[in-house]
Amino acid sequence: MDVFLSSLVSVAFHGIAFGMILYVISVGLSVTMGLMGFVNLAHGAFAMAGGYVLTSAISRFGLSFPLALALAFIAVAAASVLLERWLYSRLYDAGELEQVLFTIGLIFVAVAAAQVTFGMLQRPVLLPDYLKGQISVLGRDFPAYRVFLIAVSGAMIAALWFGVERTLWGAMVRAAVDNRAMAQSIGINTRRLFTLTFALGSGLAGLGGALGAEIIAIQPTYPFEHLPYFLIVVAVGGLGSLRGPFAAALLIGVSDTACKYWLPQFGAFFIYVATIFLLLWRPAGLFGRRV
Amino acid sequence: MRITRRKFLPKVAVSAERQEQPQMGAKHAATSLLLGAVLLCAGPLAAQTVKVGFMSTFSGPGAAQGDQLDKGAKLYLKLNGGKLPQGVKVDVISRDDTGANPDVAKRIAQELIVRDKVQLLTGFVWTPNAAAIAPLTAEAKVPYISMNAAGVNIVNMSPYMARVSFTLWQSVYPLGQWAAKKFKRAYTAVSDFAPGHESEEAFIKGFKDGGGTIIDSVRIPLANPDFVPYIQRVKDAKPDVLFAFNPAGKQATAMMKAYADLGLDKAGIKYIGPGDLTTDEELQGMGDAAIGVMTVHHYSAAADRPANKAFVAAYKKEYGEKLNPGFMAVGAWDAMDLVFHVIRAQNGKLNPDKTMELIKQYKNPNSPRGPIAIDPETRDIIQNEYLREVRKVGGQLANVEIETVATQLKDPWKEFNKKK
Repeated sequence: MDVFLSSLVSVAFHGIAFGMILYVISVGLSVTMGLMGFVNLAHGAFAMAGGYVLTSAISRFGLSFPLALALAFIAVAAASVLLERWLYSRLYDAGELEQVLFTIGLIFVAVAAAQVTFGMLQRPVLLPDYLKGQISVLGRDFPAYRVFLIAVSGAMIAALWFGVERTLWGAMVRAAVDNRAMAQSIGINTRRLFTLTFALGSGLAGLGGALGAEIIAIQPTYPFEHLPYFLIVVAVGGLGSLRGPFAAALLIGVSDTACKYWLPQFGAFFIYVATIFLLLWRPAGLFGRRV
Repeated sequence: MRITRRKFLPKVAVSAERQEQPQMGAKHAATSLLLGAVLLCAGPLAAQTVKVGFMSTFSGPGAAQGDQLDKGAKLYLKLNGGKLPQGVKVDVISRDDTGANPDVAKRIAQELIVRDKVQLLTGFVWTPNAAAIAPLTAEAKVPYISMNAAGVNIVNMSPYMARVSFTLWQSVYPLGQWAAKKFKRAYTAVSDFAPGHESEEAFIKGFKDGGGTIIDSVRIPLANPDFVPYIQRVKDAKPDVLFAFNPAGKQATAMMKAYADLGLDKAGIKYIGPGDLTTDEELQGMGDAAIGVMTVHHYSAAADRPANKAFVAAYKKEYGEKLNPGFMAVGAWDAMDLVFHVIRAQNGKLNPDKTMELIKQYKNPNSPRGPIAIDPETRDIIQNEYLREVRKVGGQLANVEIETVATQLKDPWKEFNKKK
């Protein structure tokens, strides 16, 4: 019984930690796709960029880890403003297929650019000592970095939720997404609003890529390789919701970990089977709004 | 005589060959003879060019590995490309197989054989690619030397295929035997793909032959972002040693990080595997999680043999101080040495069967990895296997060789599965 209890605690912890990893690398997409309704499949490219900013900032310029994280957010957000003004904004009114084709094209460009700039090998993440090793809680050891990830993700979801649900900016975004023409006619500068929101989503993607880099390695094929996870989290969570992806990431993280721990033979495809059944049950996702 | 045709009248020769397709039959020889006789008195002897087809991965996700082959081969050509008999030249034609992609591999091999008229083929990181061209090498009688593709059965697929790289059995079976002397209970965790299965089988046989017990085995999907659940399971099963095999790079790193994160080292569980886990080129990117991992392999950039020191120094001079050659670069280097050996021995006039005889007799006491030879029976590599541990040497991670666990070892799988 004791053994079972102990493994239950392990699975719960690792499941939540994995869920948080899924969440931090997908949260940016839940803003651009979930909130703005733009099918941004190139999300992973922004996350990868964040990862490269982090690893370069630490290894080449000797920045501390928290500073490098902040830089990943700022640099990716700033770069995305240019992209948004030049490229993305032209496709806001385009159909989903155009958006998909355009952003897939962007992935190819990003992969090739990363390969030329950084080479094919993965980049090491130099963690500060306080995030290495284990933290002992009630006689059990937990990996320090994963504890840190859980805390940061919790803070991120709280801040996002507060921003979107409780601030004027959030209300304007929600209004502009629901009915852009109406929002414009009451004097909201939707163009600037969308640019800022897009920058926030991309910045979060960069931050997520940087935060997750220790566990999900940064190398040029990143945007393609992890695309299924971003999409699963947002689709299962439901478009137009912020709590949705969070709940979905947790649910998938915990159940995937549990399955891999107790039934490792089925570990490979559990996450996909779960996604299929969840979407059959609720086609709009857990917290999705039917549009 | 065919040679004279080639150098004196390439255009006529090409059109004559085009009609005949790849088979080099009697008719072909007769045509060449005739052309040769006519043209023999036409002028002084020009250069004798041997065309070699080199197939590697230059694009796509596998480009990092393909680049290793390219760098090893190019370095050899640069340093030793001139060591040829008078009048003989080697023309290496490179083609991109775009990754583990048998269809493309077959197409480019066919183009190299039919259109470019190569007399030798070499290259390939990936086993499926080498397997795909096996029938071609036999039909066209164009020998192929594997620089890396390590699937155990490759050389059995055509009498015109040989290998200078390695097999997983070669490193993992002696690792299993060595581990059985130190540890009693082992847990195996491998990626769920062909090399993973092969190494699992080899380790279990080696470990059991040495008297050890396997307490559990798990196969982990290739697309797996988080290894923690699997490793937690290993930790709770309390083995003495964990045998692991994943593709080098991010997968192997992620698993070692999970091992370090969960504190399995403190729980007294040793992490071992074939040298593919801690390849010299990836090692710096893996970080401190790799320290203490023990592997068995045929090559380490940190080895202190003089031939290796010279090789590593030349490699760094060519490609930059930070870059270590990995086992794939060495495979390419040795394959090129074998290519040049058969060309020199035949004075540039290559005959496929003579070439295969020469390949079977090949011995090199001074490869960067130590003495190597080709097994005349199987056309596979014979080499030493070294036990290594990842340590920090002068601020850099390195695979430090500790002892030689197998000397001049033939592929164990072929020894166990010999036809009686």
